[in-house]
Amino acid sequence: MQALSTRAKVLEKKPMTLAERAYLPAIFQGLSITMRHFFMKKATIRYPEETRPFSPVFRGLHVLKRDEQGRERCTACGLCAVACPAEAITMVAGERKKGEQNLYREEKYAISYEINMLRCIFCGLCEEACPKAAIYLQADKIAPPRYERDEFIYGKDRLVEAVAPETRSKRGIQLTPEQAAKLKTQLA
Amino acid sequence: MTLPALGWQGLVIFAVFGLSLLIATYSTYAERVIAAFLQDRVGPDRAGPFGLLQPLADAVKMFTKEEFFPGGASKALFVFGPCLAMVTALMSSAVIPFGNVLQFGDTVVHLQGIEINVGMLYVFGMVSLGVYGIMIGGWASNNKFSLLGAIRAASQNISYELAMGLALIAVLMISGTLSLREITLQQSSEGAFVWRDIFNWNIMKQPLGFIIFLVCAFAETNRTPFDLPECETELVGGYHTEYSSMKLGLYLFAEYINIFVASAVMSVLYFGGFNFPFQYDLRNWLVSAQGLELVTAQNIITLVGVAGLFGKIFAFIFFFMWIRWTLPRFRYDQLMRLGWTILIPLAIFNILLTGGLITFGIIK
Repeated sequence: MQALSTRAKVLEKKPMTLAERAYLPAIFQGLSITMRHFFMKKATIRYPEETRPFSPVFRGLHVLKRDEQGRERCTACGLCAVACPAEAITMVAGERKKGEQNLYREEKYAISYEINMLRCIFCGLCEEACPKAAIYLQADKIAPPRYERDEFIYGKDRLVEAVAPETRSKRGIQLTPEQAAKLKTQLA
Repeated sequence: MTLPALGWQGLVIFAVFGLSLLIATYSTYAERVIAAFLQDRVGPDRAGPFGLLQPLADAVKMFTKEEFFPGGASKALFVFGPCLAMVTALMSSAVIPFGNVLQFGDTVVHLQGIEINVGMLYVFGMVSLGVYGIMIGGWASNNKFSLLGAIRAASQNISYELAMGLALIAVLMISGTLSLREITLQQSSEGAFVWRDIFNWNIMKQPLGFIIFLVCAFAETNRTPFDLPECETELVGGYHTEYSSMKLGLYLFAEYINIFVASAVMSVLYFGGFNFPFQYDLRNWLVSAQGLELVTAQNIITLVGVAGLFGKIFAFIFFFMWIRWTLPRFRYDQLMRLGWTILIPLAIFNILLTGGLITFGIIK
């Protein structure tokens, strides 16, 4: 039969030499291999203390961004929910009242905005669909394990980032140093 | 502190007992760490610094597990098996000379549980009694896998004890005594040539005998590559399949104590026991340059010797574990063939060789 590839090895069954039959040289060879591994770098990552470095394009837990004045960027247009292939996003839109201009950037905003993290497949299509640069998948946070299913439905309380400049997500439009300083004085 | 000599000796016995247990305890930890390191892992590191409290956690786990008796098991024998394994393992460390003598004024303390002139035979007797613990446990479990494991253990021990004994005979031909302390003392020498200390060790005169003894020691302690009595793939767990709780712990513990004893015996028989290179030079230097009394200098030498012996023992224990995580298990027929058709003829050849060398005065 013709060989299918050039990688076939012809094995000869030769009688073992004395060194092979004595078995000890092979044992020493094996011992030297394991001893080499003894001093090798360990593959273990001691998890709670050490974490595996994330890729910069990793798509983790979502964040709803605020703008440079601390207002929510989301305008509840629903494009993210439409784009979502897993149908994980639901929202209720509402009209901005008078006096809420410092809370919401646009005249329409999301009264509630929920992402079901059990449905979400972290594809990032919501991020691509968003015209207001409001939703991003963070590169450094993963959805943590929970005991109850309803704890996986993330509302605005857990999705919207904090106002303070230093706690903001590293994804999306970032504050310039001047904007950050201004926001800080506003907060103080 | 004016304890009578017997009191001191009692302390030594207590220390030997405690040390055997402590070393066996930490062998479990060492086994896991060494296994992990050889496999590019880090091993247990959660309990305490570097996981050093892991043995304690294991002990708590063992003690709190359910005490289970299989149906149809002979209850008394079922309990007696692990006890016997443990007792014999612990008893065999009694005659090992862990150090030379310490002298405080008139009090002379031998750093040895008990000095008897048939020490080596005593160790052999105790180790072979240990297999009864396995046999009884395997039989009392009323389980065919346990019984098969126990039978394997017994036949393996008998086969390898022969080769081990024959390898030992060659050592005895050189030493002319069975006392482990005498054998150790014969391996030291006050020579002008500094390396003579090492050349006086029996390993230099008995390299072949040592290899045979080493292989047999692995078989005697049921360690890989000869761990067929507890071969998981064929016999579930071998003789301790039905054991749970601390009874299982005792079996595992006895195995580690046996490793410790085997390491100690090999260090004493072949690697000079508590002798270490340059010991007489160190003593003479302490006396002449440091102005210490001869007795004090000798005591210091003794203590360094104890540390040296433990260094050798730990090296052997490491070797046992290193082998375990390197070599796969033998097949049972291979094990028997190795024992009966290779090791025993080799050991007999070694006896003849040693006899010839002694006759022609090449080795003393």
